[in-house]
Amino acid sequence: MTNLEKYNQAFIETLEVAKEQLEGLEYQQIANWDSVGHMTLIAAIEDAFDIMMDTDDIIDLSSYEKGKEILSANYDIEF
Amino acid sequence: MILDTMLDRNPYTDAHTEKNSLLLERLNELTDHYYNDCSEYRRFIDVLHNGRTKYDSLDDIPFLPVKIFKQMELKCVPDEDIFKTMTSSGTTGQQVSKIFLDRQTAGMQQKVLTRIVSEYTGNSRMPMIILDCPSVLKNRNMFSARGAGILGFSLFGSKKIYAFTDDMELNIDEIRQFLEKYSGQTIFLFGFTYMIWQYFYKKLKDIGEYLPLENGVMIHGGGWKKLINEAVSKEEFKSGLNEVCGIKSVHDYYGMVEQTGCIYMECECGHLHASVFSDVIIRDMKDFSVCENGKRGAVQVLSSLPWSYPGHSILTEDMGCVLGEDDCPCGRKGKYIEIYGRMKNAEVRGCSDTFEKK
Repeated sequence: MTNLEKYNQAFIETLEVAKEQLEGLEYQQIANWDSVGHMTLIAAIEDAFDIMMDTDDIIDLSSYEKGKEILSANYDIEF
Repeated sequence: MILDTMLDRNPYTDAHTEKNSLLLERLNELTDHYYNDCSEYRRFIDVLHNGRTKYDSLDDIPFLPVKIFKQMELKCVPDEDIFKTMTSSGTTGQQVSKIFLDRQTAGMQQKVLTRIVSEYTGNSRMPMIILDCPSVLKNRNMFSARGAGILGFSLFGSKKIYAFTDDMELNIDEIRQFLEKYSGQTIFLFGFTYMIWQYFYKKLKDIGEYLPLENGVMIHGGGWKKLINEAVSKEEFKSGLNEVCGIKSVHDYYGMVEQTGCIYMECECGHLHASVFSDVIIRDMKDFSVCENGKRGAVQVLSSLPWSYPGHSILTEDMGCVLGEDDCPCGRKGKYIEIYGRMKNAEVRGCSDTFEKK
């Protein structure tokens, strides 16, 4: 699986969204991406890439795009 | 922005003069914003404070009684910016506080919480035992202060388990496996004071089991009210826990849903500390004058965080006292306080009270 596929899958599985919904998706925009869903999503992303994110990065991950930015800037994950 | 400057600082290194000037600047900014963007707040300032929004001292900043958040829906941002409404626990028959959050305020609350807590736990995230049951987060639209507390602190957990089943039985085998898996690492434990005592300590004591948590860091909050009936003191709480799981690092905290994020953590000397982001003023209930250190009175809390609701200065219904400032033996600057619980005649309230013993 490519990094993008892994990243997408974390969203699709934990937030129960379709692939088509991912672009532009923001925190709190859908019911499943609330604060509880957020922690589940983070756990899935961490498992997928075998990383442990910093607390500030977890707080700042406020959209699908922002997450990619954070992962490439701070965790050397290329998309 | 002044708040960004504050975020870059260590929460406990600024002494009186420096801290007060930072905090005052931010609180004046907030007063001004509330005045311009919240009509109810504007009326309050106009009628009781002659329309004044700039003050020269923290003591002079107007305070709202905490009850007002139960009686009125106070917002300082447009409705469409509100993305989350926090409610205080409030047992049956009581009105709950409603606190309206926009993204900025909620994000700042989380960031400040991490700044404060990591001063006690270290910077890295740790395997975490949540001393509560999974159902506390089930109703996602309406979780209480208890759920919010757990979520807020979950940020410090890397891997997490719940200590209790939904019937409040201790998952002792699961906890043992968890501890084996992460042996040698610092384990983070979070829960509410009463529940830890009732369902963790007492259970372990009853069944005579010991859990190896010598490396654990425990943070607990929610108040001592329910434990007062059982006559459990702070010292007994700590020594009891040490006995059943060897834990040495146990920290109480004082905080409230009206000022989420700015918690007052208990240091190694047993004192609750105000960080650079917030402060406490003790007031004499007879005339609301400021009490000198060491004297008991009503607790007023100041917070630099609330942007979306007018909550930067609140008179609580708690009794407390400022023990000292800038000179706690633990080395942290700022005021350190003690809280004695709710005032007489104030309603009984507290985060962990939402779970009623069957």
